[in-house]
Amino acid sequence: MSQHLESSPPVYAERNYLNTPATGLKSWLTTLDHKRIGVMFLIATLFFFAVGGLFAMLIRIELLTPGPTIMDAMTYNRLFTLHGVVMIFLFMIPAIPSGFGNFLLPIMVGAKDVAFPRLNLLSFYIYLLGAVIALGGMIYGGADTGWTFYTPYSTTTTTKVVPILLGAFILGFSSILTGLNFIVTVHTLRAPGITWNKLPLFVWSIYGTSVIQILATPVLGMTLLLVAIEHAFGWGIFDPGRGGDPVLFQHFFWFYSHPAVYIMVLPAMAVISEVVCAFSHKNIFGYKAVAYSSLGIAFVGFFTWGHHLFTSGQSAFNAGIFGVLSMFVGIFTAIKIFNWVATMYRGSISFKTPFLYFIGFLFFLFFGGMTGIALATVSLDIHWQDTYFVVAHFHFIMVGSTIMAFLAALHYWWPKITGRMYNERWGLVGATLVVSGFVFTFLPQFLLGNEGMPRRYFNYPERFQALNVASTAGASVLGIGFLIILIYILVSLKYGPVAGPNPWGSRGYEWLTPSPPPLENFDVLPAFERGPHEYHELPGSESAAPGAGTSHA
Amino acid sequence: MHSAVAHHFESLEKQGQAQRLGMWLFLATEVLLFTALFAAYGVYRYLYTGAFSQASRGLETWMGGVNTFVLVTSSFTVAMGLDAIVKGKNKRTGLLFGLSILLGCTFMVLKGFEYRHHFLHAELPGPFYGGPIAGSGGSMFFALYFLITGLHAFHVLIGMTVLGVIGARTWLGKYDAEHHVPVELAGLYWHLVDLIWIFVFPLLYLI
Ligand code: HEM
Ligand SMILES: [Cu+2]
Repeated sequence: MSQHLESSPPVYAERNYLNTPATGLKSWLTTLDHKRIGVMFLIATLFFFAVGGLFAMLIRIELLTPGPTIMDAMTYNRLFTLHGVVMIFLFMIPAIPSGFGNFLLPIMVGAKDVAFPRLNLLSFYIYLLGAVIALGGMIYGGADTGWTFYTPYSTTTTTKVVPILLGAFILGFSSILTGLNFIVTVHTLRAPGITWNKLPLFVWSIYGTSVIQILATPVLGMTLLLVAIEHAFGWGIFDPGRGGDPVLFQHFFWFYSHPAVYIMVLPAMAVISEVVCAFSHKNIFGYKAVAYSSLGIAFVGFFTWGHHLFTSGQSAFNAGIFGVLSMFVGIFTAIKIFNWVATMYRGSISFKTPFLYFIGFLFFLFFGGMTGIALATVSLDIHWQDTYFVVAHFHFIMVGSTIMAFLAALHYWWPKITGRMYNERWGLVGATLVVSGFVFTFLPQFLLGNEGMPRRYFNYPERFQALNVASTAGASVLGIGFLIILIYILVSLKYGPVAGPNPWGSRGYEWLTPSPPPLENFDVLPAFERGPHEYHELPGSESAAPGAGTSHA
Repeated sequence: MHSAVAHHFESLEKQGQAQRLGMWLFLATEVLLFTALFAAYGVYRYLYTGAFSQASRGLETWMGGVNTFVLVTSSFTVAMGLDAIVKGKNKRTGLLFGLSILLGCTFMVLKGFEYRHHFLHAELPGPFYGGPIAGSGGSMFFALYFLITGLHAFHVLIGMTVLGVIGARTWLGKYDAEHHVPVELAGLYWHLVDLIWIFVFPLLYLI
């Protein structure tokens, strides 16, 4: 298979989605092509990732010393709020589904486009609108409530929460429309030959994500709207001073936001399931277990929100139930981890950049998941609630695994999206810096939390300084890693070697088409005889190998 | 192939299937939007049982009842309109949708009179409440009342717009017996608006 590729020089598809039907800015802004919309989402989300990352660096610099370092308390409060809002609503939720999902999902099901291309473009503009309103609110004054907007503080603060709430409300519609589009696409546009059991695992996980997006987002939208109304007019829905119940807000908020953490981690799992097969050159171990556990997570994730309310006056009975239900999520996650590890076993592993990110992902998911189980133990959580332990937990599991998967996806599909290869050596350098930087940023935070350092304060006692310095140092390594990645990846756009249709020798359906793909994804629709992760040779079928049969017309 | 088939669908039938599924998913999100408010209503009704039933008895039940009748009738005319286009009678569908819009207007006017009444009696949310019920229950009831009925009225407006656009296009002959999924979807949306009211009415006026 790989010899075959080496013998024919890789070809850059001349007629592709990047230059058809036109190349001007206008043709991009009015495009209905899912690939272009996906690329625009990627660019936009990466931009906001940089903005959020800048806020994060400022936060870490402030925490370098006890007392004020570079800012006052109020600025600090605004910064961590903006950091959370930008990273969650503008980067992590849309990045993989709306970016890579848009680009890949239709190709992976053998469709020419998503079911509703206009809705797809609308989703992008709604995203931009929400982002502009939220950013406007931040520039105009920002909020100091944290990304969780807990009442009654959020309804009485004098900072400008309303535009940020409205921005997040609008962003929800983008999320809903994209999810809706994906579900309908998977149901109605699968090519002949792609049955449900031959869907790439990426598609399964994105499908699970879309279900959550559709079911949970409306509740969050309503909740944020209620907070905005309350802040503007004082109607008292969540204000104890007017007979409202602030804990009801927490229930509503986490009813969305716990499932929302799966909106972020399921797409990461989607990417990883593809990457582990491609770089182990082996079929996934337990296809159905991996596919159905995504749906299991999507389902159970709806019944665990109460674990955020262990210290909010929830009854001990409720707390116990929610604690146990939360641990169930760990079971489904563990199923996936076992299957990924078993997939590597006796595979023929190529240790390329995406694979390094996969290893990082496994580490963060495992470590983060175990600390989640610990947190779900009510008696322990009473002490850890609102400390840096929680911050480290969700950064490991949610941020760590999402970023690992995002970068794995970026490197793995870069040749498909751009038609060119990045520099592998720099890729490994970048990945090493990012993974180790991440560990050094957040490992100290577990220790800090365990010693009792609360989250969301710009000040701390002297004895916490050493670990805080360690964390800031880690964050700097992380930042440098990202800069290196940005540089070599931009360089590769122009100088990278031509990748050809299938540089990795992957069996995924998206590699059956030239790179970059043509306008309607396939010049000739393949028969999709193999499963998407089947690496053993079919008897006497060298010619049927993916990549080999693709026409470069 | 029919000219209404988009390039990425193999047939009109597949496209219709996709559009129907998309609409049902969208309706699910609409239901969930209201569910959040209904859940809040449930919680506060439990907290302020007495005040809520007192406030509820103060509503003009007959107006709500008439409005229920009006909306159900409008759903009926919409369904008849759908039946007409299936038989290829596009003018008839246009007329029936127009009639449904008139019924929608009737609903909005009656609702407007109710709101006027509440404003005159200071039956308003939060700090604006000046009604007879002591404690926080009364203002809380009206906060939820205005949120739920306001959001519903907003949906009635959207529904009327949708019926207007699709009805006019049907009248102009854009849809026919073979190609009428958009007409069907407009109808579905209107039925949802109606259905939500069927929940709102007993919740706010009757129990
Ligand atoms: C093994 C499954 C998991 C369990 C048992 C678990 C458990 C918990 C618990 C009990 C808390 C509350 C801690 C507290 O506030 O005191 C928590 C917080 C959190 N978890 Fe997890 N978790 C799991 C997986 C995840 C995943 C997969 C993500 C994201 C992808 C995630 C993201 C978060 C976030 C964002 C918070 C904190 C939110 C905040 O207060 O700002 N967790 N988790
Ligand atoms: Cu949670």
